[in-house]
Formats: sequence, structure tokens, C-alpha cells
Amino acid sequence: MRRWLVQPEFKVERDPARCIQCQVCVRQCANDVHSYDEDDELVSSDGASCVGCHRCATLCPTGAIAIGRSQLDFKPNANWTPENIRNVYKQAEGGGVLLSSMGNDKPWRVYWDHLLLNAAQVTNPSIDPLREPMELVTYLGRKPDQVRVERGPDGKAKLATEIAPQLKLRTPIMFSAMSYGSISYNASRALAQAAAEAGTFANTGEGGLHTDFRPYASNMIVQVASGRFGVDPDYLNIAAAVEIKIGQGAKPGIGGHLPGEKVDAAISRTRMIPQGTDAISPAPHHDIYSIEDLLQLICAIKEATGHRKPVSVKIAAVHNVSAVASGAVRAGADIVAIDGLRGGTGAAPTTIRDNVGIPIELALAAVDSRLREEGIRNRASLVAAGSFRSAADVAKAIALGADAVYIGTAAAVAMGCHLCQRCYTGKCNWGIATQDPFLTKRLNPDVATRRLTNLLRGWSLEIKEMLGGMGVNAIESLRGNREHLRAVGLSDREMAILGVKPAGE
Amino acid sequence: MKRIYAREEFCLGCRLCEIQCLVRHSKSKKIIKAFRQERDQITPGVMVESAGHVTFAMQCRHCDSAPCLEACITGAMHRDPKTGAVLCDADRCVGCWMCVMTCPAGAVRRGKDQKAASKCDLCAGDKTPVCVLNCPNEAIVYEER
Amino acid sequence: MKNDSTKYLVIGNSVAAVAAVEAIRETDAAGSIVMVSREPKHVYSRPLISYWLAGKVDDGRMDWRPRSFYEDLKVKAVLGAEAVKLDTSKHVVELADGGRIGYEKLLIATGGTPIVPKISGRETAGVFTFTEWADAERVGSFIAERKVARAVVVGAGMIGVKAVEALAARGVRVTVVELAPRVLAAALDERAAKLAEAAMVNAGVEVRCGAEVEAVVAREGRAAGVRLKGGAEVPCELVIVAVGVVPSVALARSAGGAVEVDRGILVDDAMRTSAPDVYAAGDVAQGREALSGTKRAIPIWPGAFRQGRIAGLAMAGAKVANYDGALVMNSVSVFGLATISVGTAAVAPAGAEVLVSERAEPPSYRKVVIQDGRVVGAMLVGDIDRAGLFTGLIRSGTDVSAVKDLLLTEQFGVLSLPAEYRKHVVSGAGIEV
Repeated sequence: MRRWLVQPEFKVERDPARCIQCQVCVRQCANDVHSYDEDDELVSSDGASCVGCHRCATLCPTGAIAIGRSQLDFKPNANWTPENIRNVYKQAEGGGVLLSSMGNDKPWRVYWDHLLLNAAQVTNPSIDPLREPMELVTYLGRKPDQVRVERGPDGKAKLATEIAPQLKLRTPIMFSAMSYGSISYNASRALAQAAAEAGTFANTGEGGLHTDFRPYASNMIVQVASGRFGVDPDYLNIAAAVEIKIGQGAKPGIGGHLPGEKVDAAISRTRMIPQGTDAISPAPHHDIYSIEDLLQLICAIKEATGHRKPVSVKIAAVHNVSAVASGAVRAGADIVAIDGLRGGTGAAPTTIRDNVGIPIELALAAVDSRLREEGIRNRASLVAAGSFRSAADVAKAIALGADAVYIGTAAAVAMGCHLCQRCYTGKCNWGIATQDPFLTKRLNPDVATRRLTNLLRGWSLEIKEMLGGMGVNAIESLRGNREHLRAVGLSDREMAILGVKPAGE
Repeated sequence: MKRIYAREEFCLGCRLCEIQCLVRHSKSKKIIKAFRQERDQITPGVMVESAGHVTFAMQCRHCDSAPCLEACITGAMHRDPKTGAVLCDADRCVGCWMCVMTCPAGAVRRGKDQKAASKCDLCAGDKTPVCVLNCPNEAIVYEER
Repeated sequence: MKNDSTKYLVIGNSVAAVAAVEAIRETDAAGSIVMVSREPKHVYSRPLISYWLAGKVDDGRMDWRPRSFYEDLKVKAVLGAEAVKLDTSKHVVELADGGRIGYEKLLIATGGTPIVPKISGRETAGVFTFTEWADAERVGSFIAERKVARAVVVGAGMIGVKAVEALAARGVRVTVVELAPRVLAAALDERAAKLAEAAMVNAGVEVRCGAEVEAVVAREGRAAGVRLKGGAEVPCELVIVAVGVVPSVALARSAGGAVEVDRGILVDDAMRTSAPDVYAAGDVAQGREALSGTKRAIPIWPGAFRQGRIAGLAMAGAKVANYDGALVMNSVSVFGLATISVGTAAVAPAGAEVLVSERAEPPSYRKVVIQDGRVVGAMLVGDIDRAGLFTGLIRSGTDVSAVKDLLLTEQFGVLSLPAEYRKHVVSGAGIEV
């Protein structure tokens, strides 16, 4: 049955005064929005299948294409929004679970936008980062409870405490878990290359590590998720760190599903599953039903890697996130990564993505506070994830208590993603979230690598500017220092959870 | 010498190279005007070939020992002593198509007016040819190899 | 010209000779070079004489190399002097005026001489051959002075067809008489020739194939027509005889057998003749043919250039690139209809597979001959763009079995070529195929 109640979301407008019939748009749209009529010698567009990815408008050499919202407006209704109505139409016709991609796009409060950073005036002189050294180097991993220094026979002081394995980051920003499979080979390559170039880390996600990316393994964190794809001793040992994925901010409590048609020869080899079979990640790890079970897996991984790699546990920010994080630390996690409500995904049920979990700002503050209260904050580093849109967001997260952040969506956007949220269709016109050979070649990994490293450089410079303004010369001095934050427009309760004072106080 | 190389693994097949080549070699140098008024008179020096998902942009290789140069009966086809580019002087060309016959890359074509041969001129003196400059995916590079 | 001696002596002043001189100078910047040419002209392009006669190319554009060519390359040019005698043991060439030039290395690039069949009355005023600029000049003045209205061209080969075109451009009504059953018989097959013939007829030319000129009919000491075998008469005031050329081997023969001559001067892959320090190149030479491997005299421009270049390199002692033989090829436009024929295309060898594609309007005919999985011939009429791809395939001997079905499709291009060969073409710096 034709989905006749669902009207197009977008309207494609073509300026006839500028269109030169060059057909670039026709060649670029994987959704067949544009077509060329040989008889009329005319390019025309049908907005019905437009996803609003702007590929055509971006490549149009004359700027003849504009993509607008469909003009067909529903009668205003504050309760029954157009989206609600549309979704009901879709489900009435299809009867299935509605899917979406990328992060939560609902207007839940973005706390970053209610937090303001401090700057020094007179009493604590600010620092010019262009003239003075400014340290962004960050070490992730368990820090000792105390440090013991001994004097050796030669009389020189020597560190007597054994330091747990650490990840050294040149800047406190890492690339989040995005699996090869959910994103293309070229996108995966770019992330790995950029991490190596920028002195930070890229996370493989749960899709295994393609043999081609092994040269970058020392800048990669490999994931062990509920599907255990691509996991073997070599995989664990070649990487810089291992991350156990318990949950994902975009879909807490939900597993993953890479359809069999995307499992080609290379992906099948990398994931270690038969070609053409669905790659299903169960919702839970079926061997982890308790903190004690988690401890067992952490220990098993540490044994398998000779205790040479930090082990991270990634959890979604949910209601009891601080208790879970505390448990993870007590179970031996060296790093706890928390993925908030707005974290991205290649595919998730829309209703889960939009309604489950809590914002990263609150989760991060709560976990940091809880670990401090329990006196175990030093035993693990905290990595925040779930939509960092700017250097300011990163700086605020660090002030709230994060040691570093994961960026996924921002990285995808740097590579060209236009947030059309259709990754799940596999027809990414930007060559990022697709395995279609027509589309994957659109992402030149060298170009994408350059764009990613540029982004990291730009954000790092901005963080240095902010630090300098605060009068501190190292990211360490901002970490967990909530005195550098003030809240605007938040309730007392929210401020209490965030541990920040209102602006003016 | 610096040459244009196609990286077929990253070619989108968008043909922006052809479009910009046409504009660069138009009289007006203005894209809309060039397409509206001069499209029928200009043969782009670069051509995109595609079969399935394999596509790439192909233009004159400016061969070290160029068969077109050896075959040209008028001397219209010549090598720029400074850049090493193989160029066709349309005023001298009589359209005997010996170059078309001998170019193993099929990169010399008859001009739209069928009077003279038409081929890539490396954008005559520009620092970077427009096809290279305008490739959105850097699938065409201009370099010394 | 008095007695002289030089390191390099080049007899000839056309494509092979010039290519040789340029190649010599790449290696030997100082060694003395003397060029001797029977024609008193600066380096010009012989194939352009029909364009010149048609008025499409002026005197200046006839120059194939700049006026400063001899000076730039430090060449002593002896123009309007014929080399008549070669003494290979003494390393001396004698000129018609009695001058003698000693050489260390000699290149014979004397080109070809038009064949004039035994037609009675061929000495009549108004009968011309058509291979060099002077011929075109004579024809041009004759047309102007005698107000020629009608002409007969004997022979519808390359030269004949171009002569027809030039005469037509001068407003002369032309009848072309060809012994073979079709025009351009050496290059084109029957279907292609039909299209070429139609183009000529459309332009107002009368084409008589399978006909032979028996005699030039003279009136008052001038040509007034030709009589064909069978008695028919074609009235005309001008006759151009263009039935082919033979290698100009007189100088070689004057060496008394020291320089081995078959149809042309026999040369090896470095253009060496049988006589020490004597080289030959261009239309006069008979060297290896690419497909058969046998020695054949092939009077075509690109072949002459390649041979001249190799001869020059060899004479100067430079490393000679592998010579893969001359490939027969022709590109002739017939009143705007482009025709190209490469390799063994007109007559397919036994056991060969022939692929053909045709279109009526605008006329197009394309044919590829494949033998043992390799392209050995290609013929294109009308749609000739990218013809060189076939030339490349023929030269390289690439196995095309896998892409055979694509060869004549519209989208045939570099992309359709076998991957390895394609890589070679796309990324190659300077393609040697």
C-alpha cells in the first residue's frame, strides 16, 4: 500500500535562473530526488524522498538548489505536533518500530547552554596561550591512592608506587565508538588516522578492527560488546585500551542490529561472523548480570592483556548511573565512559532514542560527586560522551569532572555529516554511514583525516584560550573545578546536582 | 613534470571537473553564461567515465613521448617549453585528426566545431588546473610523481 | 656547394629528417649537422599542401618548424640541392652541382616519389602530380591562369582524395577516377568507402570507381580531358595523377649495392642500413611493421617521425628506445566526414572476429578486428573520437577478450579497458604503447 498519508518532509526548490542542467544533483542523490528528462532536457526534483542531507545543494556549482521544509503545515496544535501525527500515520501504515539515527533531537534542556565559564580579572592574571605554555596533556587510567617516593642506593629519589597503565592524550578529546559496519571503511580509516595524527584515540566500536587499521592500533581503543564481534587475544592486545560496552546513550537497554546485507566480505572477516548474516548485539551481555559478573570480565580482559592495558567500561547515562559507575570502578574499571541522552547512533528505535536516559551534564556531575564521596574518584578516569558541540562544551564537561570527552557526532559532522538522521537507511550521501560502494568512495579518508585533525586543533586552541582566560595553564587545573562554572536559568535542585553556583553568586 | 592524476577510488562521478573545465575555457568565465551560451562550443579537456560504481576523470597525460605530438602534421600540437604541457594551437590545427587517432588515452577529441582538436591545456598557466581545484573529494590531484 | 664535411649529414628536410635532427641535438649539442634538401623550402609539412591549395592554410602556416629552426638547432641547411651519389666506403655524398660532403653519420630521408602510370599524353600541359608544395603551387597557378573549371583526379587514395577536396574548394568540378572498386581502398572497407564516396558525391564530386584512365586527351597542346578504358571521355582542363608513391631510393642505389634496397631502403630497428654509418628513415625506408614483424615500406607521417627520431638517437650514440615497428594508420577527412583506419582493418585476416556498429544519421560506421583476443585493426567513420584507444590496444597487444562486448558501445573508454592496462594509461607519465 502506498504510504499516502505521509506527506514529504522537505521541499526542493530549484532556481530556474541559476540551474544549468549540469545534473550534478542527479548524480549525487542516493534517494533519487533529482532526475533528468532527456526529452525535455530538464532536471527536475521531487521532494518526496528528500532526507534533507544537502548533498545536492552543497555540490551544486551555481547554488541553484534550496532545500526547505515542506510548506504543508498541520493545524497548529501544541500537543499533537506534526511529528506525532506523522509518526502515527507511518505506524498506521507500516505497523513497525520507527527507527532513527544520530542523537536525540528533542528539546530536552541542554545544560551546557545554562553554564558559563569563568575568567580572571586583576586578582589572578589571565595567561596568553600564544606566549605561555598551556598544557592539555591528559592521562586516562587508574591513579594510585597515594604516591610513595623512595631514595635509592644512589641517593636519588625514585617513585616506589607502581602506576597502573595509562592512556596519554595530547588533548582531552577522543573519537567515540563508531563501528566499521555502521560507518564506512573510509570513515573508519579517517578516524584512526586522525587519532594517530592528533595524539589521541579512536574507538573501534563493537565491529572489530579491520586488518588495514592495525597500524593505528596504538591510537585505538577496542570495544568488547555484547555481540563480542571481532574479539580475540590479538584484537585485545594490539590496542591501546579495551572498552567493555554496557550501554549507549542513544539507546540504553537496547542492543544493536547490523542487517545481513551490510555484512560484506570485509565486514564479515572483521566481525568474525559469516558473510550476509545479521550481526546482532544482545541488549545485555549474557554473562554480566551483576557488578560481580562485570568484575569477572574486566579481570579476564586484564589477564588476557597482561595487565598492560587500561580497561574502560562504557555505560549509558540512566537514572542510577552513579551507582552503576561506582560499581564499575569497584569492579576494576580504569576508565568509566558515560554516554548521555544525546549520544548518537547508527540506528535506534526513535522512541528509545528520544525518551530514555538522562543528560550527560547531570550524569557526569552526579558520577563525579559520587566517586569523590566514596573516595574512589582517583581509581578511574571519567570520560563523558553524548554530544559535545564545541570547545566550550568540552571545557564545561572538564570543569564538571570529566577527564576527557568522546566526540562522535561532531566527528561525523567534521567529515561532512549533515545530521539528516538517516544512517539506518544505509544510503548516506556523504559516504560516512554506508557500505554502498557508490557512496563510500565519496569520503576520501585523507580529506576526512585532515578535517578531523583540524577540528581537534581548533577546539584545542579554543580550550587553551579559555584556560588562559581563567588564569590557569593546564587542563588539570580546570578538571572537576566547578568553581569555574556558574549556572543561568537553572533550578536550585539542578544546580545542586551539577554542583555549581548560580551566576552572580 | 607536474601532472594531473585521477584517483578512481575517490571519484564521485559528479562531473564538477568537466563543468568547471568548460567554464574555465569559456569566453565569459561565468558559469551560468558559459552553460547557457557557450556549452555547444566547448569540449571540456577532462572527461569523466563511469561504469557501475567505478568512475574517474581522465584527461591528457601530457606524455613524455607524446604520440599526438609525433603525429601532428601542422605543428599545432606542441610542447610548452616551460611547463612541459602538450598544447594544441587551434589556429594552426587543420582538423586532420591524426592526434585523435594516435592518443592511446583517447584524450584528444575533436572540438565541438569539428575544426580543431581539443584537449586539456593544464589550464594554461594557472597554478592549479580547475578540475583539481574544484574536485570536492580531491580525487584529481596535480603533482610531481 | 663546394667540398665540405660534417659529423651528421641528413638528406631530406621533412618529418623524418627533422625528427632525426631534433633527436641528435638532444644528445649531441655541438656536433655539426648538415641538411641537404632537393626542395628549396624551409621545413614545411607536405600533408598540408592540399590545405594550402584549398586556401585553408597560408604560406606562413606551411612551416612545420619555426623560421629559426636551423639556427636554433645549429644546422647548416643546404636547400635546393640534390644529393645524387653516395660513396659509403669514403663516407661522401655528391651533390648534383658537383659539391661533395663528407660525413661521419648519414641519414637518408629522401621520402617518396609519386608514381606516374603509363598513360599516354601524361606529359601534356595541365597534368600534375601532387606530393610537394611546388606541385600545389603549379596546380594553383594553373587553375588561376587557365580558369580551370573541371579537373580529373586519377586515384582516390589519401593524396587523391585530399587533392579532390582542395580542387573543390577552389571551385573546380572534379571527377575522381579510381581503378579499385572503391575509394580509399587501402584504408577503408566497402561499407566505410561507401560513406566516404557519398560524402564526395554530396559535395558535387563525380566518383568513378573501377575505372582506368587510358590517355590524356590533348587539344592545342593542353589537357582537354581523359579517356577511360572502354572509350568514355571525361572533359577537363586539369589532371592530377595521384596513384601512390614509391620510396625515393635513387641515392641509395647510387652506392652500388652497398646500401641494400628492396622496395625501400632496408633498415633494422635502429634504422641502420646495410652500409656502415648509413641510416634511413621515413617514406624511403623499409623497416619493421608492427603487426606482421616483416619489413615494409609504410609511407605515413607518425611512422616517419618515430623512425627519424630513432635514427637520430642512434646516430648520436644515444640509447634507442625499443622500436616496436610502424603501425599502418590513416586519418583522412573526406569533405568533413572523418575516417580513421588503424592496423589490419580494411581486410580482416582469416579467422579474425569482426565487430561492427553502424548508424545512418549522422553517418557512423565503426569496426574492430580481433584476432587471438587482441585488437589488430580498427576503422572508424564519423564517430572517431577516442579512436586512439584502439590504436593503443593494437600497439600494446592487450588481451581484450573480457571487454570485447564493450569495445563498440557508446560508453567505451579508458574505463572499459582491462584494469592493468587502464592503470598504465591513467597514471602513466608519458605513454609508450
